[in-house]
Amino acid sequence: MGRKLLFDKAHIEGIRYYDVYRANGGYGSAEKALKSMKPEEVLEEVKKSGLRGRGGAGFPTGMKWSFIAKPEGVPRYLVCNADESEPGTFKDRYLMEFIPHLLIEGLLISSYTLGCNSCYIYIRGEYAWIPEILEQAIAEAKKNGWLGKNIQGTGFDLEIYVQRGAGAYICGEETALIESLEGKRGNPRIKPPFPAVKGLWDCPTVVNNVETLAAVVPILRIGGDEYAKYGIGKSTGTKLISACGNINKPGVYEIEMNISVEEFIYSDEYCGGIANGKRLKACIPGGSSVPILPANLLLKTAKGEQRMMTYEGLADGGFATGTMLGSGGFIVLDEDQCIVKNTLTFARFYHHESCGQCSPCREGTGWMKRVLQNIENGKGKMSDIDLLWDIQRKIEGNTICPLGDAAAWPVAAAIRHFRDEFEWHVLHPEEATKRNFGLAHYADPLEIAAPAAV
Amino acid sequence: MFSEEKLNKVKEIIARYPAGKQKSALIPLLHLAQEEFGGWLSAETMDYVASLLQIKPIEVYEVATFYSMFNLKPVGKYVFEVCQTGPCMLRGSDNIIDYIKKKLDIGVGETTNDGLFTLKTVECLGACGYAPMMQLGKHFREHLTPEKVDAIIEECRVKAN
Repeated sequence: MGRKLLFDKAHIEGIRYYDVYRANGGYGSAEKALKSMKPEEVLEEVKKSGLRGRGGAGFPTGMKWSFIAKPEGVPRYLVCNADESEPGTFKDRYLMEFIPHLLIEGLLISSYTLGCNSCYIYIRGEYAWIPEILEQAIAEAKKNGWLGKNIQGTGFDLEIYVQRGAGAYICGEETALIESLEGKRGNPRIKPPFPAVKGLWDCPTVVNNVETLAAVVPILRIGGDEYAKYGIGKSTGTKLISACGNINKPGVYEIEMNISVEEFIYSDEYCGGIANGKRLKACIPGGSSVPILPANLLLKTAKGEQRMMTYEGLADGGFATGTMLGSGGFIVLDEDQCIVKNTLTFARFYHHESCGQCSPCREGTGWMKRVLQNIENGKGKMSDIDLLWDIQRKIEGNTICPLGDAAAWPVAAAIRHFRDEFEWHVLHPEEATKRNFGLAHYADPLEIAAPAAV
Repeated sequence: MFSEEKLNKVKEIIARYPAGKQKSALIPLLHLAQEEFGGWLSAETMDYVASLLQIKPIEVYEVATFYSMFNLKPVGKYVFEVCQTGPCMLRGSDNIIDYIKKKLDIGVGETTNDGLFTLKTVECLGACGYAPMMQLGKHFREHLTPEKVDAIIEECRVKAN
């Protein structure tokens, strides 16, 4: 069994409630931080841990925190990004539903470190039942002296509020989230200024993902140095992976970042192999926006080495032969799946979610969707494939926020690795509407991979 | 108009933000209004929310039209919001959508004649591991099969009577 830091107590009956959480060591890290450490000492531990943002970008958390401006007399804010909307990603939902106090404790320690007295959890509107769970946890924490005024007699004050979004993927982007929290459309802001200088209501603000903030709790418990011993290299600690698609055991798994992709897919501890005895065709390992990889490149890097479930491992080979860990939304496609159709659903998604501020994204996402619809419906031309390539290149890097890139990458990677499948759709329009292209050589030279030794 | 109880809730929400930043309460108030006033936001409802927050009506309209959870037209009593994005598609969401269409004899975006059901397709709701799925009111219905859809429709009919 892999070591766990976030879900180590998730199986305990009633861990959702304060008494059980507390009885199992909960709020021990907060106690340690608030009573025996200065904010800068906590920051030092987080820096030493090597913790990187778990929302997708992977930026070092300690460094992000150190950027926060501290002008005299101006409040600072911590905003917890629980907008979780990247297709394939559902890890934060699990954490908030089952161990809400882990997040509350993480918010408390982080707010103390940053010097924030108000903290907002911005949660996607569709998770409509979770705010109640969080609010109950907040009320319990408050009743027991972990929130409110003069927390545990330390003189530190903190209020945590839960704010629901209303259905907009773009609000997962930190400046769009801030706009939304201010009661506006979720249009991303031009950076700089960064939120650390000018964020919520123009005050210094840090926006972090749920999992990132929860990870601060074990970091304080075991120490930054010890946390950094988990994982490999710069991929320290554990990561929540939400696995879905055609696998035997979809769900949320906490992995130590030292296992291989093969072990993650095939071992019974995690995904349990491909469902219905099928073969693996492709995988999008970090949420819909990261490049899709065919089975042969997924399990082994272009150098022939085993690919690891780490930031560096998944990115090995760049976009030519690699992908990204992203948010940990691990989407698996079996041999019966059509790459064109899968790409079309993502193109439709990004078109729907584009905020419309930047022309390349607003127009380009719709254009890609229409071209992909034509190819999927047997009305495509050979030149459409090059057209798609051309459109995605013109979106990438030409927008205010990363949604443009997120829309471009899935299309680019699908064409890069599965061009013959697109061509087959164009050349065999009748057949393409009835059956799928199958595996071809994508899985070569791998046979049905044997489960890795656990 | 909100009831006394809801107006207290409105006050409580506004108190979450610093003085003068009451506009931040807009999205929570629109959720509250939609729940309270028949599942959708009419122009009158939006104007009312604007007056509660002392902002211009256009500031409400531009937000209400941006977020997909706000309905700007009347909807059925029960709205089936079926996810159709990649991970759900891989697990057969197309079949579920087709099944609901046939079963209720409506297309996507339409409401049954009795005003009970509306079918919507939506993009990823964050339940990819439990696909195919749909949102029904506040909750998710996951691992959908035709049999489960039948049971849900029956459940709604019973509740409506």
